[in-house]
Amino acid sequence: MQGASRRSEFLAGVRAQLPLLLGVTPFGLAYGAYAVNSGLASGLAQAMSVIVFGGASQFVGTRLIAEGVPAAVIVLSVALVNARHALYSASLAPFLDHLGRRWRWLLAYLLTDEAYAVVIARYQRDGSTRFGHWFFFGTGVALWVSWQASTAVGVAVGASVPASWSLDFALPLTFTAILMPMLVDRPAGAAAMAAAVVAVAGFRWPYGSGLIAAAALGMAAGMLTERLARTTRSERSAETS
Amino acid sequence: MRVWLIVLAMGAATYGMRLSVLALVHHSRLPRTLREALRFVTPAVLAAIILPAILYSGGSHSFDATPGNERILAVAVAAGAALLARNVWLTIGAGMVTLWLLQWGAG
Repeated sequence: MQGASRRSEFLAGVRAQLPLLLGVTPFGLAYGAYAVNSGLASGLAQAMSVIVFGGASQFVGTRLIAEGVPAAVIVLSVALVNARHALYSASLAPFLDHLGRRWRWLLAYLLTDEAYAVVIARYQRDGSTRFGHWFFFGTGVALWVSWQASTAVGVAVGASVPASWSLDFALPLTFTAILMPMLVDRPAGAAAMAAAVVAVAGFRWPYGSGLIAAAALGMAAGMLTERLARTTRSERSAETS
Repeated sequence: MRVWLIVLAMGAATYGMRLSVLALVHHSRLPRTLREALRFVTPAVLAAIILPAILYSGGSHSFDATPGNERILAVAVAAGAALLARNVWLTIGAGMVTLWLLQWGAG
């Protein structure tokens, strides 16, 4: 990109994250309220948002702490719920190769579903640009600030946005906006289809394992479709020659 | 004190996942098949988050794939808007307005 500076990349990252905040803010409020209503001290509820910084896993952790489940089980459950982040980490790594350790450790801390979706869409379109990591940083900071602020309000007020407003729907809608243009590629479409079926079937599997199985089988379906397309193509060219 | 240690361990486990390939193991050391499959992480995970959020909605998070589930039509409208306009705000707007209208019509 011509003329991109650190500042413009940072601001572009913030802007790209704004639509997601529509869904994230009510989620943060709900977490804060849920944590204090489950008996967590306000300081601890807020600290979890800083230390873990992962929406779904904070709900899981809070519930298990409140139930008095053994510590090892709690930590393992949270690790499983967040295992998909290792896939995000691997998927983004080639674009962040050139960065020093400090940047990579900082950006890893800011790596969430929401940041990943926005950042990978950008990197796949534009490749690895000079200040592209500032885009990631801007997106991560925007999400981090709103997550901390909405947690704080939820903790203080102990109540959240009424469910009838359906604001939680904004998150799948934003992901739809990011996903749809990717589906024109047939193997990617197969990956999405397979993953969706598995995720729906495995929605109630313990510790988010349905989501991990969905990601794994989706990736396998994408690979398979791509290989099949490649073989048919080479067979066809063998016939014509 | 004990709960603080639990939360710290939760954070360490999560950070470990995020650091894994970004900072701990170089991506070139991953098996080739896995590296090729990584380009399907995005469509797979996004679809796997979207679909359950539509089909398991409502207060009890029970499964509902009937036309009575307003979110199905709403997300279809949003998907159409996403393909036509390629704009995130327009997609959210189309989906939310459709959902609110359907809920208002039903209520």
